[in-house]
Amino acid sequence: MTEQFKMDAPATDRRLDGMAQGLVGAPLDRPEGPLKVSGTATYADEYRLENLAHGMLVRAPGNSGRVRLANRDAVAAMPGVLAVIHDPRLLRNPAQGTANKAPVQDANEAHYLGQPVALVVAESFEHARHAAHALKIELEGGTPRPVDPETAAIEPQSSKGLDQGDLDRAMTEAVHAVDVTYRTPSHSSAPMEPHASIAQWDGENLTLRGSYQMLKYNRNELADALGIHPDRVRILAPYVGGGFGSKLGLAPEAVAAAIAAKETGRPVSVALTRPQVFETTMRRSETRQRIRLAADAEGRLAGIGQAALVSNLPGEVFAEPVLQATHFLYAGENRRLSLDLARVHRLCAGSVRAPGEAVGITVLECAMDELAEAAGIDPVELRRRNIPEKDPESGKEFSSRRFREALDSGAEAFGWSDRPATRSRREGEWWIGYGMASAARVNVLMESRARVTLAPDGSAKVETDMTDIGTGTYAILGQIAGEMLGLPRDRVEVVLGDTDLPPASGSGGSWGAASSGTSVYVACQAIRAQLAERLGVAETELTLKDGQAVFDNRTETLAEILKGDEIAKEGHVLPGDTSKAVRQATFGAYFVEVAVNGVTGETRVRRMHGSFAAGRILNAKTARSQCLGGMIFGIGMALTEELAFDDRDGHVANHNLAEYHIPVNADVPQITVELLEERDDWASPLQAKGIGELGICGAAGAIVNAIHNATGVRVRDFPATLDKVIAGL
Amino acid sequence: MQTSLTINGETRQLDLDPRTSLLDALRHHLGLTGSKKGCDHGQCGACTVLINGRRVNACLSLLCMHEGDEVVPIEGLGQPGALSPMQQAFVEKDGYQCGYCTPGQICSATAMLEEIAQGWPSHVTADLEARPELTTEEISERMSGNLCRCSAYPNIVDAIRKAAGETA
Repeated sequence: MTEQFKMDAPATDRRLDGMAQGLVGAPLDRPEGPLKVSGTATYADEYRLENLAHGMLVRAPGNSGRVRLANRDAVAAMPGVLAVIHDPRLLRNPAQGTANKAPVQDANEAHYLGQPVALVVAESFEHARHAAHALKIELEGGTPRPVDPETAAIEPQSSKGLDQGDLDRAMTEAVHAVDVTYRTPSHSSAPMEPHASIAQWDGENLTLRGSYQMLKYNRNELADALGIHPDRVRILAPYVGGGFGSKLGLAPEAVAAAIAAKETGRPVSVALTRPQVFETTMRRSETRQRIRLAADAEGRLAGIGQAALVSNLPGEVFAEPVLQATHFLYAGENRRLSLDLARVHRLCAGSVRAPGEAVGITVLECAMDELAEAAGIDPVELRRRNIPEKDPESGKEFSSRRFREALDSGAEAFGWSDRPATRSRREGEWWIGYGMASAARVNVLMESRARVTLAPDGSAKVETDMTDIGTGTYAILGQIAGEMLGLPRDRVEVVLGDTDLPPASGSGGSWGAASSGTSVYVACQAIRAQLAERLGVAETELTLKDGQAVFDNRTETLAEILKGDEIAKEGHVLPGDTSKAVRQATFGAYFVEVAVNGVTGETRVRRMHGSFAAGRILNAKTARSQCLGGMIFGIGMALTEELAFDDRDGHVANHNLAEYHIPVNADVPQITVELLEERDDWASPLQAKGIGELGICGAAGAIVNAIHNATGVRVRDFPATLDKVIAGL
Repeated sequence: MQTSLTINGETRQLDLDPRTSLLDALRHHLGLTGSKKGCDHGQCGACTVLINGRRVNACLSLLCMHEGDEVVPIEGLGQPGALSPMQQAFVEKDGYQCGYCTPGQICSATAMLEEIAQGWPSHVTADLEARPELTTEEISERMSGNLCRCSAYPNIVDAIRKAAGETA
């Protein structure tokens, strides 16, 4: 019944290339599209259950002290109020991705301003909101706590670092050297759907309709938080309104809803307000990064240094993995990489789209631009000269790497050869400049399961608790199954987002498509084998197309072969030796043209192009959209996005979408994306790698580098807002 | 509080808490959850509906202010099997990813084309007297009240151009 596959050796058979249906890779529309565009796809807080009550979280007004609900009885007596929940099981902050157990639970002590410490439950949303505003939280016996990473206590993360060769000496001997410090601020994922859960008990069994990315972990996290067995928990998340890391781990609203539903005996909905999304979900840590680059006269790197400072709440192990791709992107014998974690009482730091590379490669790429300028070498050529033959630290081979092709092809497509000299091209009051940066992101395969059922009528159903958070899972899993079983796309149904179904990898770390896709592939292989057995032919001799099997110069329909039977197989993929045997990563290059206003310092991105290589592309349309999304996150990072923290108590000062500026339509040009043809046999039997995060891993660097080319101004403190640019004009 | 209005062509009589926003009336009381709550502040546009043909953020408006109004949320523009040209164009051009901002984008785009047809200028219209053209710049400017964190903006522009071509 279950077919297990462990990724221990490269999949050189490339079976998908030999299939006949022609679905994999095709730019097909999302099958759930008509539901999304008509408002009939159902998100977490959209189930109007009978007798539904509404809960509103209440936050701690400071970062220290014992929590006291000063007027609890008065609030409980307000019109419509059903309960005021102040329970030790409430989560202090969300779980980190793949935690699989509850995070710190504490409603009695304040740790950061914004921490949810109580829930008001009422008959209606209006009653709950009003009563929650009336609930007065007092903090007793608090002491001042560190909120500034620059002055807080530091915990070195030595397992993430490296000291190879002698970087100091390489810097001294270098013909061209760069020693610069950059800063990136905290970011918020800010998905358009605020985090929400509806909890409903049936006896001792809990059903949670939630907005989550990784259901099998979330189920265990919720059970652990409540102190019940995971078998009693079912989570449903068929549609998720964006995540970008912020919905990886179980969050406070789910536990609060579950406790409230138990206490009131009614289903309870708890949706975060937009300010709460900013204050209580996950932030990307701010970073301070000192980069040192030592190069010879031709720009060849002899040394690379990256020393990063990040932060998190006490008790959290996550430290923004800034160094992740610096370990292997460029050559250089002498390498010193280090990561320090400061303990601060700001909201929890965790995964925001491409943790690590989004900020680590962006800053490295800015420093590379500075080196190119110092050495008088074209920035693209500088990258080309420093592509290492093998992993420069481990000596391992790369699984596949079309990095040089991405640089060359991207430069050609963009028209890079027309790049102006620094601060030389002006159109009216606008300075025009080009910038580029490399893209790199580690690639991971995760354990994942899916069931595929071939029905007697020759239609198929794919079932897994995998999520589609806008990433295209509904599309690609159907394409893989259709390809393997020789079925038109509309003959395959894909059911997702239910923990009663086989547990998948979840959506995160760019691993969802390759991992869950492989589980579907493995299940389909087993079905193919069974079909072949029925026909008495070798599976490899079987051609399946349009619901028919072709073998030995004969043709039979699937219905004829199945003779009224159904075939159901579960595919189970496990990562194996290929994860360690080679260096697996995705690569690319960004090219940008900006116009910078000489009077105001305003930057407009006029053109942007990305060339990317991420193994086999499973759906050219949704893959391109993922790249666009990443690159546009990069525009926000480069120009506008910054969580601003109050110096005194560490609270988020800009906790809404009018003050935390994500890009809007007018900020974004008609970006072009090139997906390079690639097969990575080491990554998965699909030869696919992750693509959901590659688009942001350096993109902001290309924009800031373009600002320098346009104006001669180097902004080393992200984002490059008008004030910082104009100061140098 | 009693309010009588037309929703998707049907007259509805509602007796709700006067604090109920038009958005919450649709989502919590009428089962029309196509209009999304992204911020409840009028900052994101996910709740955009058509009121008497014009685009409005339903979260910024109380239900009781709409006595006699004609409200068309996304469900009234088209349903699977009978999508409007704008809805169909969003599917074909992948003008979305997660889909949460999408109903608001589509309501907004539908009304925006009408505004251009009526000659309304925007911030980027060079000549206030001339009929505005449906350029990428005009579309991007006029659609900037609808945020999309998945950042499907280039595809949204393509979808609107396609829909405009079909309906022209």
